[in-house]
Amino acid sequence: MFVTFLKIGAFTFGGGWAMISIIEREVVTRHHWLGKEEFLDLLAVSQSLPGILAINIAVAVGDRIRGRAGCYACAAGTMLPSFVIILAIAAFLTPEAITGNATLSAIFKGIRPAVVALIIAPVINAAKAAHLNMVTVWIPVIVALAIWSSIPVISNPILWIVIAIVAGIMHLKGYFKLNRKGGDRQ
Amino acid sequence: MIYLKLIATYLLIGLFGFGGGYAMLSLIERMIVGPGWITEQNFTDIVAISQMTPGPIGINSATYIGYVAPQTNGFPQWWWGILGSLACTVTIIIPSFVLVRRTSHFMARHRESEYIRGAFAGLRPVVVGLIASAALLLMNSANFGSTTGDVCISVGICAAALAIQLFTKLHPIVTICLAGFAGWLIF
Repeated sequence: MFVTFLKIGAFTFGGGWAMISIIEREVVTRHHWLGKEEFLDLLAVSQSLPGILAINIAVAVGDRIRGRAGCYACAAGTMLPSFVIILAIAAFLTPEAITGNATLSAIFKGIRPAVVALIIAPVINAAKAAHLNMVTVWIPVIVALAIWSSIPVISNPILWIVIAIVAGIMHLKGYFKLNRKGGDRQ
Repeated sequence: MIYLKLIATYLLIGLFGFGGGYAMLSLIERMIVGPGWITEQNFTDIVAISQMTPGPIGINSATYIGYVAPQTNGFPQWWWGILGSLACTVTIIIPSFVLVRRTSHFMARHRESEYIRGAFAGLRPVVVGLIASAALLLMNSANFGSTTGDVCISVGICAAALAIQLFTKLHPIVTICLAGFAGWLIF
């Protein structure tokens, strides 16, 4: 199990969803450790808990197959390749190495704006998936601006996550009405 | 002290990290980059490298930030960096162990309950805001340059990269490589 998850950790780029399909193939199709239904149940639970999805699913699968030892083996396998590869890069690509080298600093000057674009793209995709309407579209706008402002407390993302959970439950329980399901803070 | 700060931040990220790697970035921004433990530029570079290397972005960036932060805060030797990496990577996954092992039966049984459905209905639009705030926080002079010329070129690269991401099926790694190549040609 450790070796299987080691391979998964070492060869999947892009994290999250890219990993899930490979974990499913290894665990369900190749090794027959779990049935497809069982795997999908574990996936549903892993998704609804906070934390890194790939680690959650590794812990859930490991726990189901072999209990405590299983979840340590799977989680360690998933994170070990990242850990080793990043340490190897970090040891050479230090902040001074980037600023001290004209070529590297030019390359990273080009990369930085692209990283911003790579984060804007999922905003648009997640907004589509959330089925926002004329009222609920203000929720992400307000949250983003609040976190962006450097006002203490208001700019703390954790505050908004807690409000989201509480408001979502209150809304479903009928304490206040929006056109569509969704959290609101007013 | 830097290690306590890193551990506290990554425990919170592990506990409140809903919505995947990008949504977690705003937490890292606010708790580690904002107070100046690592610079804006370092942070953006780390996100780029975490994208390009295998494994989850959350783990990659935790390992990288854990290595860089002690070194720029008075612990210059490499072993302090490795200790920081270990601290961040382990603390970000501790909540996963506890939550998955202790609560998965409960969650599986009550998946259809009003509380859990309500919580997720509330989280969905807020996660959009979390990711958007990470993008807003990164749009600064550290990443886009301070002279008019630099800003124009950076905005151009950002717009081109966004178009590639939205309208083609190219992998983000390809986009980063193209942007790096453009940077090498222009700057």
